[in-house]
Amino acid sequence: MTTVTGNQGVSSSAPIALASAMVRNWKTPIALGFFAILALVLFGIFGRPGTSTFRLSTDTDFVQIPMIPVDARPASLITSVVLVLIAAWATRLVQRARRVPLWIIAVFAVLFLFTFLVWASAGLRAIPVAGLLVGAVSLSVPLIFGALGGVISERVGVVNVAIEGQLLAGAFVSALVASATRVPLLGLLAAMVAGMLVSFVLAAFSIKYFVDQVIVGVVLNVLVTGLTSFLYSTLLSPNQTTLNSPQRFQRINIPVLSDIPIIGPTLFRQTIIVYIMYVAVLVVWYCLFNTKWGLRLRSSGENPQAADTVGINVNRTRFWNVSLAGAIAGFGGAYFTLGSVGGFSKEMTAGAGFIALAAVIFGRWDPIRATLAALLFGFATNLQSVLSTIGSPVPSEFMLMLPYVITIFAVAGLVGSVRGPAASGKPYVKG
Amino acid sequence: MKLELRGITKRFGALVANDHIDLVVEPGEIHCLLGENGAGKSTLMNVLYGLYRAEEGEILLDDVPQHFTGPGDAMAAGIGMVHQHFMLIPVFTVAENVMLGHEKTNFGGRLNLTAARQQVREISSRFGFDIDPDALIEDLPVGVQQRVEIIKALSRDAQVLVFDEPTAVLTPQETDELMVIMRQLKAAGTSIVFITHKLREVREVADRITVIRLGKVVGEASPSATNTELASLMVGRPVELTVHKDPKIAGEAALVISHLSVIDHRGQLVVNDVSFEVKAGEILAIAGVQGNGQTELTEAIMGLQPRVTGSIVLDGIELRRESTRKVLDSGVGFVPEDRGEDGLIAGFTIAENLMLDRADGAPFVKAGALQLGSLAEFAEHKIVEFDIRAQGIGTHAGKLSGGNQQKVVLARELSRDLRLFVAAQPTRGLDVGSIEFVHSRIVATRDAGTPVIVVSTELDEVVALADRIAVMYRGEIVGIVPGTTPRDVLGLMMAGELPDSAEAAA
Ligand SMILES: Nc1ncnc2c1ncn2[C@@H]1O[C@H](COP(=O)(O)OP(=O)(O)OP(=O)(O)O)[C@@H](O)[C@H]1O
Ligand SMILES: [Mg+2]
Repeated sequence: MTTVTGNQGVSSSAPIALASAMVRNWKTPIALGFFAILALVLFGIFGRPGTSTFRLSTDTDFVQIPMIPVDARPASLITSVVLVLIAAWATRLVQRARRVPLWIIAVFAVLFLFTFLVWASAGLRAIPVAGLLVGAVSLSVPLIFGALGGVISERVGVVNVAIEGQLLAGAFVSALVASATRVPLLGLLAAMVAGMLVSFVLAAFSIKYFVDQVIVGVVLNVLVTGLTSFLYSTLLSPNQTTLNSPQRFQRINIPVLSDIPIIGPTLFRQTIIVYIMYVAVLVVWYCLFNTKWGLRLRSSGENPQAADTVGINVNRTRFWNVSLAGAIAGFGGAYFTLGSVGGFSKEMTAGAGFIALAAVIFGRWDPIRATLAALLFGFATNLQSVLSTIGSPVPSEFMLMLPYVITIFAVAGLVGSVRGPAASGKPYVKG
Repeated sequence: MKLELRGITKRFGALVANDHIDLVVEPGEIHCLLGENGAGKSTLMNVLYGLYRAEEGEILLDDVPQHFTGPGDAMAAGIGMVHQHFMLIPVFTVAENVMLGHEKTNFGGRLNLTAARQQVREISSRFGFDIDPDALIEDLPVGVQQRVEIIKALSRDAQVLVFDEPTAVLTPQETDELMVIMRQLKAAGTSIVFITHKLREVREVADRITVIRLGKVVGEASPSATNTELASLMVGRPVELTVHKDPKIAGEAALVISHLSVIDHRGQLVVNDVSFEVKAGEILAIAGVQGNGQTELTEAIMGLQPRVTGSIVLDGIELRRESTRKVLDSGVGFVPEDRGEDGLIAGFTIAENLMLDRADGAPFVKAGALQLGSLAEFAEHKIVEFDIRAQGIGTHAGKLSGGNQQKVVLARELSRDLRLFVAAQPTRGLDVGSIEFVHSRIVATRDAGTPVIVVSTELDEVVALADRIAVMYRGEIVGIVPGTTPRDVLGLMMAGELPDSAEAAA
């Protein structure tokens, strides 16, 4: 029997060895340098005098950690010099044609944040670190659910601009059902159904009738906003006590874990919705990359024609996964009413769906990364409110801008090249 | 398995792509389908594979009628297909691509990648492939991607295997290897349908040949038929297989390239200090195995590569730092290597594609408005001149057969006043009649006094067209030799060696 080998002779299967000429990527050192000098000048040299205090424990903590006072000027000066050194190191690495490792950037970011906080709270009340983080998680929950829905939907090939609408529909319906039935759990289920219904419309129009997915999404957002606002004024508002006062979920303290300082109150004194979220993130991540469902889902979003030729029904796959994405986002919407506020109010999602969409992109269509991005956005939002309560000089509008500014930088390629699912947004029309 | 197609008819609107086609493929037979571009070969195979629904006709496997509702059914019945355009997911690994659609799972629904890898290795070793199951498809050369397609089909126990123009993107060595694989499959009892435009390959492996023209079977041919006989049966008229070319009357050096280097996006030096010149009225062919820097060289000339050093002077004007717009405006015509990706916009009509690079002025645009009248007139004229087979100038380019798409690109590029013509793989996927036509147009362009660069991995084409041949290997030019250089010398040069005799001749 004759055999052939892949790398015979001049066959192109043999990788062609070429002289390698490294292309230096200066983006990272430039960005780091910019922020380091900003820190040095603004927080260090022209810093504000006074003491900054960090409160690490909550009142109910088992172990109480004493407050940590820091003298603002010298502390900022020291950390910003360290920042400058890190930036210089990054420059050196790039000069030698090496990549800047991610952990350096992470250390830089944490240090920068610390310097900023020291500066912003100098001479003011103590910064409640635990409170800051607890609030950040709380604000992130709907973002994370929305982002999970976004990841699934985009991975299967349908751009999901309707996350906002799905969140809002979930919030409204859960408040209504939980109030009317007095069973919060039913509210949660109803929220999923509501989100799914919004997805049905998106899926039907974009998959069956090939209407532009972004346009359907935008229209759906407007529709859901209008519909919930109308029903709110005509139905909920006149009957606040019977229809819009759902019982909220109670916080559940996980034994032992909830007593860990800082981490305990942040992660393990939460409602059932948040615990389900932890599970959801892990399950979606695991299944997306390790199961048959995930493989088929991703193939439909990358090359639907190829998926079709191996016998996968692309449009059915898309339809049901977009619906699933809607259910997840709707579930997240319930957090507004059953987890945090305890009642529906007009347009209460306030753009969370769009931030979730940004988290999807920032997180490069990966459930875990998108979750981290959502947490970052939640943190930025909460930082703003904490800083304004302690009376810091940073304009709150500036802080509110932060998630969006970060997203623009991210999409502009600061975090490496961002490449989404190849066929996302493109309807699949058969032969 | 015996495959029989009976009276298959497939229409696209008013166009009858397949008109009552009958075809029988016996077990262990290699059955070649020959036919012009747009004859309906791919359509017929897509019907067989369940991708298209035929209006009339039957598919029988071992004399049992089949009713396929989709590719899933066809695969389950034992039909496998290596598509003209690969059906692979670029961001998946080889193993993932092979398992997709019939995944085995472990406990908890976890994909059983171990089994998939094992299957890839097992089939690879059967055919002597050297494939890493965990390599990403996008990192693999086309030849290897094609093997992945073969493994995909075999992993589902395909008894009938369809190869739709598998050799169009392969190097000569890879083609030879594919022929060996096909014979092995045949020996194992697999029925094979093989579509190609290269008559040499047909005669090498075919047991039977069916010729299709304009959607109809026009006859069978025996593998011992000569190239000329086969070609004239396909096209319906006598075809000249070798271009008629007068000796060159070359003028001054028009294009002078010196010390050109290109660094690609991964930071590799893909073109390394290349210098050559092309005279007016001369065809310089750039030969070499795919991936040795030819693509990047042409892109550098067109201003499509960001990191280029050296100089590119056309008629005394430096083009290196110029934009692609400026390069086009200075009279450079360009046929890109990948027509689907870089040459056409699939969703645009033929007419719109014909004016793509002339959207900023007369004759097609006046005061910012498209001159639809003159565009239509121009397009109608070009369709006739270049023999583009389509329903009309309003047909979307994506709906054309591969060969006709290529003709649209050529028609666009050759309809301007050219100072330089650069054609990369100008006849890839074209039938013999079209090749004859394209070659004669390229020679006519040369005879009009235009310098021409033809990049081709096809030795036949290089030898047929070239006045001089530059062979590239690993980003460098091994040598520039006369067009009459024997093939074996060229073959050696393509492997990076420069024989003394060639050196003396250059
Ligand atoms: N999806 C489609 N819609 C409309 N027309 C189509 C479609 N697919 C193919 N055609 C037309 O059907 C005819 C046959 O096309 P087909 O792709 O089968 O040709 P082919 O023989 O494979 O040609 P080539 O050798 O160039 O690949 C062509 O005229 C083509 O324009
Ligand atoms: Mg074809």
